[in-house]
Amino acid sequence: MDEIMSKNNSEYLIERNDNVYEVVIGLEVHAQVTSNSKLFSSSSTKFGAEPNTQVSLVDAAFPGMLPVINEFCVKQAIKTGIGLKAKINNKSVFDRKNYFYADLPQGYQISQYKYPIVGEGNVILDMPEGQKQIGIERLHLEQDAGKSIHDIDPSNTLVDLNRSGVALMEIVSKPDLRSPDEVNAYIKKLRSIMRYLGTCDGNMQEGSLRADVNVSVRIKGSTDLGTRCEIKNVNSIKFMQMAIIYEANRQVDLIEEGQEIDQETRLFDTKKNETRSMRSKEDAHDYRYFPDPDLLPLEVTDEFIVKLKSEIPELPDDKKKRFIDEFKVSPYDATILVSDIDTAKYFEEVVAKMGKNSDMKLAVNWITGELFAVLNDKNIEIAQSPISAKNLAKLINLIKNGTISGKIAKTIFELMLDGDIDPQIIVEEKGLKQESDPKALEALIDKIINDNREKAIEYKQGKEKLFGFFVGQAMKASGGKANPQLINEILKKKL
Amino acid sequence: MSEITSLTLYELIKNIKEKKISSNEATKSFVDRAEKSKKINVYVTENFENCLKLSKEFDDKPNFDLKLPGIPIAVKDLFCTNEVRTTAGSNILNNFVPTYESTVTQNIWNEGGILLGKLNCDEFAMGSSNETSFFGNVQNPIAEDLVPGGSSGGSSAALAANLTPVTIGTDTGGSIRQPASFTGTVGLKPTYGSCSRYGIVAFASSLDQAGPMSKDVKDSSILLEVISSFDKKDSTSIDFQRNNYSSELTRNIKGLKIGIPKEYRVDGMPDEIEKLWKKGIEYAKDCGAEIIDISLPHTSYALPTYYIVAPAEASSNLARYDGVKYGLRSSGKNLIDMYEKTRSEGFGEEVKRRVMIGTYVLSSGYYDAYYLKAQKVRQLIKQDFDQAYNKVDAILTPSTPSSAFKIGEKSNDPVSMYLNDIFTVPVNLAGLPGISIPAGVDKNNYPLGLQIIGKPFDEQTVLNIAYSMEEKINYKNNITDWWMK
Repeated sequence: MDEIMSKNNSEYLIERNDNVYEVVIGLEVHAQVTSNSKLFSSSSTKFGAEPNTQVSLVDAAFPGMLPVINEFCVKQAIKTGIGLKAKINNKSVFDRKNYFYADLPQGYQISQYKYPIVGEGNVILDMPEGQKQIGIERLHLEQDAGKSIHDIDPSNTLVDLNRSGVALMEIVSKPDLRSPDEVNAYIKKLRSIMRYLGTCDGNMQEGSLRADVNVSVRIKGSTDLGTRCEIKNVNSIKFMQMAIIYEANRQVDLIEEGQEIDQETRLFDTKKNETRSMRSKEDAHDYRYFPDPDLLPLEVTDEFIVKLKSEIPELPDDKKKRFIDEFKVSPYDATILVSDIDTAKYFEEVVAKMGKNSDMKLAVNWITGELFAVLNDKNIEIAQSPISAKNLAKLINLIKNGTISGKIAKTIFELMLDGDIDPQIIVEEKGLKQESDPKALEALIDKIINDNREKAIEYKQGKEKLFGFFVGQAMKASGGKANPQLINEILKKKL
Repeated sequence: MSEITSLTLYELIKNIKEKKISSNEATKSFVDRAEKSKKINVYVTENFENCLKLSKEFDDKPNFDLKLPGIPIAVKDLFCTNEVRTTAGSNILNNFVPTYESTVTQNIWNEGGILLGKLNCDEFAMGSSNETSFFGNVQNPIAEDLVPGGSSGGSSAALAANLTPVTIGTDTGGSIRQPASFTGTVGLKPTYGSCSRYGIVAFASSLDQAGPMSKDVKDSSILLEVISSFDKKDSTSIDFQRNNYSSELTRNIKGLKIGIPKEYRVDGMPDEIEKLWKKGIEYAKDCGAEIIDISLPHTSYALPTYYIVAPAEASSNLARYDGVKYGLRSSGKNLIDMYEKTRSEGFGEEVKRRVMIGTYVLSSGYYDAYYLKAQKVRQLIKQDFDQAYNKVDAILTPSTPSSAFKIGEKSNDPVSMYLNDIFTVPVNLAGLPGISIPAGVDKNNYPLGLQIIGKPFDEQTVLNIAYSMEEKINYKNNITDWWMK
């Protein structure tokens, strides 16, 4: 095992003096449940509304107001649990986590403590060196708090309760992650699964996905866990990775200096790229968890779970396997295609339109190459692709059947962007059809050789480099439409 | 027509339906009497003008099919009432005006009831004498400087003083039944889950239950019928088939088995309570019931269990009163300072005491020893009743271990105050229905009550037994209107 690990491309080790340390990471991911209304109230969850416009009496904790569970959110959590191959608990309990803060109207957060709705599961990561399984400890449902805004008014903190009461799933991993790369893969995989399920949009900019990162270090080979620090509320993968690298090195430095690591909660300062102590274990909140007496234990029957299972779509791991088996796509390409449900959907649409006997590799390359570049450039998702799967399929078939060259295809692709134009029409209107008539090409080449007699002689005398010159001239003369293969063949013959 | 105010709810409804009394006339009588009764301090907020206006509107367009046709009713100030200040007896909600209505009060207005005003109570319903209210003591109409019980002390006093034909209270550990017992009135705590808790300022969520308070048993049955309803807005509300309690009310309790729990003979219980209980047993027998001795072995643990569970829940329920969103806000240097000042100034001593106890029993390291253990004991107490109900249909006990005491007599001795709830608390812990009916007087002529405890959802049997015994007991309050002189 160690030998395999040492060849590990995504491995992250810290060497100090003669010691080699590995980092042990566990994540508590907070994923906002995709739902029109909040976990215990009917207020809207829409992002970006005017402050305090999506707040019910329950969300603002008015006297006598009571929470009523949103069944849809429960279904979403169970579906996510199924996606994580996890045990769904027939009985779970909502607890109150008590603490005072201005953006926590009730003075407690309703969460699940001892009895979460989802138990142990796992996710598979596709790392460059192979697959790795990461254990899931649990998934539970909880309310989000509101937002405190400290930088609008110089002397007051303003509170926006739009987010107060929004349903979150806290997904707790086992301490199975060993490197920033694995964290990257884990978050992306989790997000991918939830997007497939439609249970969380995974939008990190809007705060739909955030994580608390638990980091400890130990001498490589040791099986004991070191003292961990928890880095709170990191909201991008990049920051998670930066925070882990900083924190792991800080801990290693302390150990090398013979110091103890304090178990504490830390904050990541994105501007200074460092973690800072927020509170020590001694100062840790006593949340006084106890079962919320306003809510009965949440009971779900096996029938309910079975029914939800039947609604689960094909998930990334299965889809990948199918792409490899059915479309003979390489595992590497399949991983990329299935990582995002919309990409997978797009690819399958392209395949359906172009036919299974068409060129899969070409389809993959065009999607992950040209199309991704455009999407990146325009900063849009594939669901908003300016070129439909149908038209991309046509373009690929035009290449495959020799109507156009790959080079011309790129020109056509650029033209297609302007309103998803049918490539066939572009070919016809612009006369971009590849010239594959040998007679026409022979005539064209004869003329070129005739016009460049001296160079033709030089070539025949051994200056083989000049072959490229003739190809270029032929392509130029044909306006780029000449079939390059035929040009090659004819030139070789004629020269 | 001063006697209007001394009519029972049933009689008043009858007179209104027969158009002998108009809603407005009735309202006027209660308002007039209230104006002369300020001394007993039952009202925190009066709604007289609006009530008079609404009663007129009712008379202009009467609907006699309603269960409470144009009946003016004052309610405990723990029920949130739309556009009418709701304080829970606390300074921290001194300025709080809800924009919503509790389900229980809405049910009353839907049946034609009209809000007279909001009645004094112990702060956040924490107390047994109404002495913890920010709005001052309430006088028991029975005698000067006597407490009316608590926490629904304003409700019991208003009822006994004929300031409202009927009222509603809330009962977490005896807060309906004990004040009823102290004022010679009837108070029913329904099965947990019968009446919605939506819109009731929470004290201890797993124990709180609203219920009717009235001059006689029949009136309680009428009001229970109105306020008991399944409510989706309360997750602990229970969807069971509710009776037409008033029309199914009967004095035929022949053959019903009534249990007498030996553990309710507590040390130091006054002789007159013992005598009252014995008398009650004889009345029950006279009504045709069969008396059976039973045991509720965990009874002595009920009070300590209650004083862990209730403060624990209260400490969390009251966290929302932080000066941020509504209610009192004291200014502070920063957020924490503002919290401390607001809650120091906003809460009274008893509330602070219970918040402290609750915070303590839930804190890590103590949770298992206190809260968790209390929850386990609570199950045992519930099992005691379950087992007893294999043998009997209902249980008869005294309502309280003593009669009403003087204002100030126990206010510096919280434990002695807590002992008031010794017979009522087990009923809340087990979620059962229980009623207190007046059954006699002590040596000072202060009223004493008997409690009938029923099976879950069996309010009908509880009411029927109370109804039969009430007739035999034939108790009448002797109210002299001393506060008007």
